[in-house]
Amino acid sequence: MAERRVPLAKRHRKDRIFRRGCQIIASMSAGILAILLIAIVFEGVGALNANFLSGAPDPDPAVAGMFPAIMGSLWLLVLTMLVALPLGVAAAIVLEEFRPKHKVLRKAHAFIQLNITNLSGVPSVVFGILGLTVFVSMFGLFGNERDPLLETGATYVDQFYNQGDFIIEVPIDDPMAPETVPVDGMTIYTYEGTAMELNLLGDDDDWPEDEEIAMRSLYSWDLPGRNKERNWWYFRLPFGRGVLAGALTLMLVILPIIIISSQEALRAVPSSLRQASLGLGATPWQTVRRVTLPAAFPGILTGAIIAMSRAIGEAAPLLMIAGIVFITRAPSNLMDDFTAMPLQIYNWAGRPQKEFHDLAASGIIVLLTALLLFNAIAVFLRQKLQKPLS
Amino acid sequence: METTLVQESKPPKEKAKPVSALGMIAVDAAERRTPADEFADPSFEVQQLDFFYGDNQALTQVDMAIPRGEVTALIGPSGCGKSTFLRTLNRMNDLVAETRVEGKVLLDGQDIYHRQVDVVELRRRVGMVFQRPNPFPISIYENIAYGPRLQGKVSKADMDALVERCLHGAALWDEVKDRLHTSALGLSGGQQQRLCIARALANEPEVLLLDEPASALDPKATARIEDLIGQLRGDYTIVIVTHNMQQAARVSDHTGFFYKGRLVECTPTAQMFTRPEHQETEDYLTGRFG
Repeated sequence: MAERRVPLAKRHRKDRIFRRGCQIIASMSAGILAILLIAIVFEGVGALNANFLSGAPDPDPAVAGMFPAIMGSLWLLVLTMLVALPLGVAAAIVLEEFRPKHKVLRKAHAFIQLNITNLSGVPSVVFGILGLTVFVSMFGLFGNERDPLLETGATYVDQFYNQGDFIIEVPIDDPMAPETVPVDGMTIYTYEGTAMELNLLGDDDDWPEDEEIAMRSLYSWDLPGRNKERNWWYFRLPFGRGVLAGALTLMLVILPIIIISSQEALRAVPSSLRQASLGLGATPWQTVRRVTLPAAFPGILTGAIIAMSRAIGEAAPLLMIAGIVFITRAPSNLMDDFTAMPLQIYNWAGRPQKEFHDLAASGIIVLLTALLLFNAIAVFLRQKLQKPLS
Repeated sequence: METTLVQESKPPKEKAKPVSALGMIAVDAAERRTPADEFADPSFEVQQLDFFYGDNQALTQVDMAIPRGEVTALIGPSGCGKSTFLRTLNRMNDLVAETRVEGKVLLDGQDIYHRQVDVVELRRRVGMVFQRPNPFPISIYENIAYGPRLQGKVSKADMDALVERCLHGAALWDEVKDRLHTSALGLSGGQQQRLCIARALANEPEVLLLDEPASALDPKATARIEDLIGQLRGDYTIVIVTHNMQQAARVSDHTGFFYKGRLVECTPTAQMFTRPEHQETEDYLTGRFG
């Protein structure tokens, strides 16, 4: 028996007050989010049109778009997931399914586990610095970041600009070869790649009237500039400030998230299923491959999508890798310069003009749409694939 | 001595004897015992087995022979080590960290704790059924096919035949033959447990370890499992852990009584339930503790 009964009405009143309080606080957080979204849509919806999605950044806000940023984010996302997903799931399997039995190894296991948990809380800027040393410059092991020691997939050309503003190209095999000296009759190429015969003009010759001749003419004093053209398979060490270095840095950011969520998914698989499999004479790997991994798959997938939405929104580590540069085209190879949606938004938001702020708001709408899409897919998959396991 | 478990030859089996189902009582079990040389060629021979969880000793100096083709029941109060003992027979205890085994467990004369023994092959030969039914969340057919497929490819026709044979063997065929490709989780608890037995049979084991196989089931399902054990007797060496003394009396030929990590006595079931040798056994059987 209670020493002194609290009146029933008082208890109910307390209950009501507490419930109201929780409702108010909860609706406040939802309200703030709503205000944010409404403000962004209000500001950004005006500039949101087809040109914004397909156009390139431009000094004129009226025609500026974020196509290179969207493509950059897509490249980053695909590359990041290609690397992070196998690594993260494999790490989770090792940590969760192949726990060591020996005492010393168990200590090491616990230590690694602790550090992965810690890493998931490390600010992403820190990973940016790490990416800078490890991926961009590779500790200087392969020479300077701007002047790679190893590269493949690049072709060199000597370019001439002739009197008639035509570009004439001569392919170079050895990048260290001396500058091309124009010789009459040598094979040259237009900028578009059509082969032609060089028409060398003497000092006293006049510039030809005929355009067909003009586009393959050079004076003997014309000097070339050496240009490097990168093919789509261009690859170099160190990676430099390219999209691959950016993706690997993002991989560092989301790897702990993928590992932890995959571990949780694996842990949720009842151990009775593992025992059933092992008891039937399955090897541990067969058990993982045929029982545990399929059962944990929906959870792993959901975790991966959550990690993706984290990756697509990250600005800080990319800022360290790519910086704020004026990029007007999508990346065309793994080492290409790039920009990403958060970087582009940051860039626009930092400009003094109001018009650019509106562009930033439009960019945020695009980014948020992508994020919401990812989360919706994650929820959908969880509902669709999650089956009872026992 | 051969130290690998990869040999294919199987020991000769005894002919299955007709077995009454539910009414099988201890006296019957005594009558249908094989002649006195039944321990001449035991399936398992356990010698001075000690088992430790960390610093905790769970089994002390267990010596036991498990006769081939018969049913051996292990009884005893909770925490007495009977389940631990069962799991040393197919090395499922290996999965628990910081465990230690001393002594010998011989299966057909080979020490299964020998360094060169392949535990994967051991577990194929010594099948196990757990306390709670644990079918995989896949179809009934795939559950049975799981074990054979671990060892390699099996043709569709062979697998169909094997699945049917195993389901017949576990007295489940008639109930599931029309829904082989539906989820095993749709079966009742008792059916799931018989599926688990069928799944173990698909591996063509020599020994079946049953760890309280009926404790999560209702009386009717329990009776069917006990029936099944009677049918499997003779073809397989069966070791069953049970906390239900009547069950031990009904299904087993031999009974081992465990208490505080020791095997107090192991005698023919009829003798155990009528004339126990030790005071502790009698106290347990008469319900003075448990």
